[in-house]
Amino acid sequence: MLNRIKAIAIKEMRQLKRDKRMLYVLFIFPIFLLVIFGYAINFDVHHIKIVIYDQDKSTDSRNYVNSLTSSDYFDIVGYIHNDKEIKGVLDTKKAQCVVVFPRDMSQKLYSKQTAKVQVLIDGVDANTASLILNYMNSATAAYSQKLQGNILASIGRKAYIPIDIHPAFWFNPDLDSTVFLIPGLIVMILILTAVVSISLSIVREKERGTIEQINVSPLTSLELLIGKTVPYTIISLMVGTLILVGGHFLFGITFKGNLILLFFSTLLFLFAALNLGIIVSSIANTQQVAFQIATLVSMLPSMLLSGFIFPIESMPVVVQILTNVTPAKFYLIILRAILLKGVGVESFWPQLVYLMIFSLVLLFLSALINKKSKIA
Amino acid sequence: MFSIEVNKLTKTFGSFIAVNGISFNVNQGEIFGFLGANGAGKSTAIRMLCGILEPTSGDAMVGGYSVMNQPDKVKTEIGYMSQKFSLYNDLTVEENINFFGGVYGLYNHKLEERKKWVLKVAFLEGQQNLLTASLPGGIKQRLALAIAVIHEPKIVFLDEPTGGVDPISRRNFWDLINELSQSGVTVFVTTHYLDEAEFCNTITLINAGNIIASGSSKELKTKYLTNTILEVECDKVIAALDILSKQKWIDETSIFGNYIHVNVKDENEGRKLIKKVLTEQNSIIISRLDKIVPTLEDVFIYLLEKDENKNVE
Repeated sequence: MLNRIKAIAIKEMRQLKRDKRMLYVLFIFPIFLLVIFGYAINFDVHHIKIVIYDQDKSTDSRNYVNSLTSSDYFDIVGYIHNDKEIKGVLDTKKAQCVVVFPRDMSQKLYSKQTAKVQVLIDGVDANTASLILNYMNSATAAYSQKLQGNILASIGRKAYIPIDIHPAFWFNPDLDSTVFLIPGLIVMILILTAVVSISLSIVREKERGTIEQINVSPLTSLELLIGKTVPYTIISLMVGTLILVGGHFLFGITFKGNLILLFFSTLLFLFAALNLGIIVSSIANTQQVAFQIATLVSMLPSMLLSGFIFPIESMPVVVQILTNVTPAKFYLIILRAILLKGVGVESFWPQLVYLMIFSLVLLFLSALINKKSKIA
Repeated sequence: MFSIEVNKLTKTFGSFIAVNGISFNVNQGEIFGFLGANGAGKSTAIRMLCGILEPTSGDAMVGGYSVMNQPDKVKTEIGYMSQKFSLYNDLTVEENINFFGGVYGLYNHKLEERKKWVLKVAFLEGQQNLLTASLPGGIKQRLALAIAVIHEPKIVFLDEPTGGVDPISRRNFWDLINELSQSGVTVFVTTHYLDEAEFCNTITLINAGNIIASGSSKELKTKYLTNTILEVECDKVIAALDILSKQKWIDETSIFGNYIHVNVKDENEGRKLIKKVLTEQNSIIISRLDKIVPTLEDVFIYLLEKDENKNVE
């Protein structure tokens, strides 16, 4: 039995070695995805273009503007000098935000009144707009506090703040969304690679008729499937390593957890994914159809339902239940835990158990389908 | 003890009867030809005998094992090669040999020994590193057959093995089949080519899932065809065929190249009547009218039409 599995595995490796197109898909495509997703999908907002309408023209208003530009969140792209220009600036998207200092700002500041600064934000992209508002609030709060200190000091009193928040973001201190996205990307690429590669390799045998020669041989479908799974597991592990290394050098992902734990949970996930590929191959009769079904069942759920981009907690309950159809969801939780948090098995064993159950159910299903059709 | 014993083997797909309770025996070392039109049930029968399709009822013993109860045992006893070239085109000759050798449990010394034999038989000595895709059709076919018997089975099934191969390669291929047969291997072969059927020790004709004739080539020609075949050479062949096929006293007419074969009960009576309807009534000039030894094709056309007529009644 072992000899026969070895014969299949060696054959698969040799075929793959000659299939330049497949190799290209398996190794270049993931890097391509990594770069695209890593650089293009970024929820952080930097370099917000703002225009200043300074009616006050005081030292205070200038200091305020300086405090805004000291971070890389805001870029001053221009100054305007009357109300009518405001509309034009936002309409033409010259700026995303206009800050208006009223004529009496510094006068109010020094007569113990609250000065009102108007902030006009382009609200078309609601997500970005609220981020701009948040940044603006915190920048203003900081400056406002400093002013308060100065004012109180001038009358001989010491400023104090009743409650001060000291936020610290664990596991991703800079709130860099790339750090959060890379594990999801690894999950998506791994499941895509595994499902596509094994389903194509089985369907190709059907398409070319070589499966017939296999069927009349003493090779059992279990031996055939194991023989085919082994090389693609190795390939998928290589691809996974490639993305991890790529993520480290391109996006500074650091590896915090236990390597052996990562290896075994990845193996379990790949087992589930390869079984999914085997099921795909039993439905499809041509490589073209297999490829389409494979990308559909692997890429779509792992992108939309795994929590890769959209948090599962904010989905409607029905959709939340639906997310359980993809092993990607569970592996993603494990991967983030190991990669970003560096925690041990105690915090994600339910996910491991689920992956195991998922794999066994799929294995059972594919064995059932294979028995019926007699063609692996 | 027969090499293959088939007993009332039946396969139905829904209400369609693909193979209808066929029974026959095949001797060890003989070349057994299984003939029939497309859809006659040949492939279904061969798939059942190879243990990849479960019979609906009946059974067959292949190499001493039942295809119904021990299909996995059957698979270790047989070699199989199909019309569709089923080696891996994207592997080299040697890699194909290694793979199938591995599947049949050959390794080390034994594998090397059989590899040498396969390469010799396929005329590929010293060329084991060629990609299989680059081989000419005839060589591919030889390689496929050699690999099909790499584990030295006692029985080999060939499903239309010479489809799409040139005549010289076909002849070479049959030499190889004869060699196998002489070394004691039972060869079960299906074919469309009737000239190939002549090489078989036993020919079995299947139509619509039933065996309609069986025997050696000589037996078939004498046992089943008691009528006389007259070969007519004349002008206006199509018109003549049309006229002859309407005559009630003629059992069969068929066209062979430029000649018409006419199947009649009595030779002298037939000659007279043919001359009468063609020359006297329709002024078609007959340049030759001979009695001929029937070919297998004559026999099969006769048998098939007889079977069709029986089914219609």
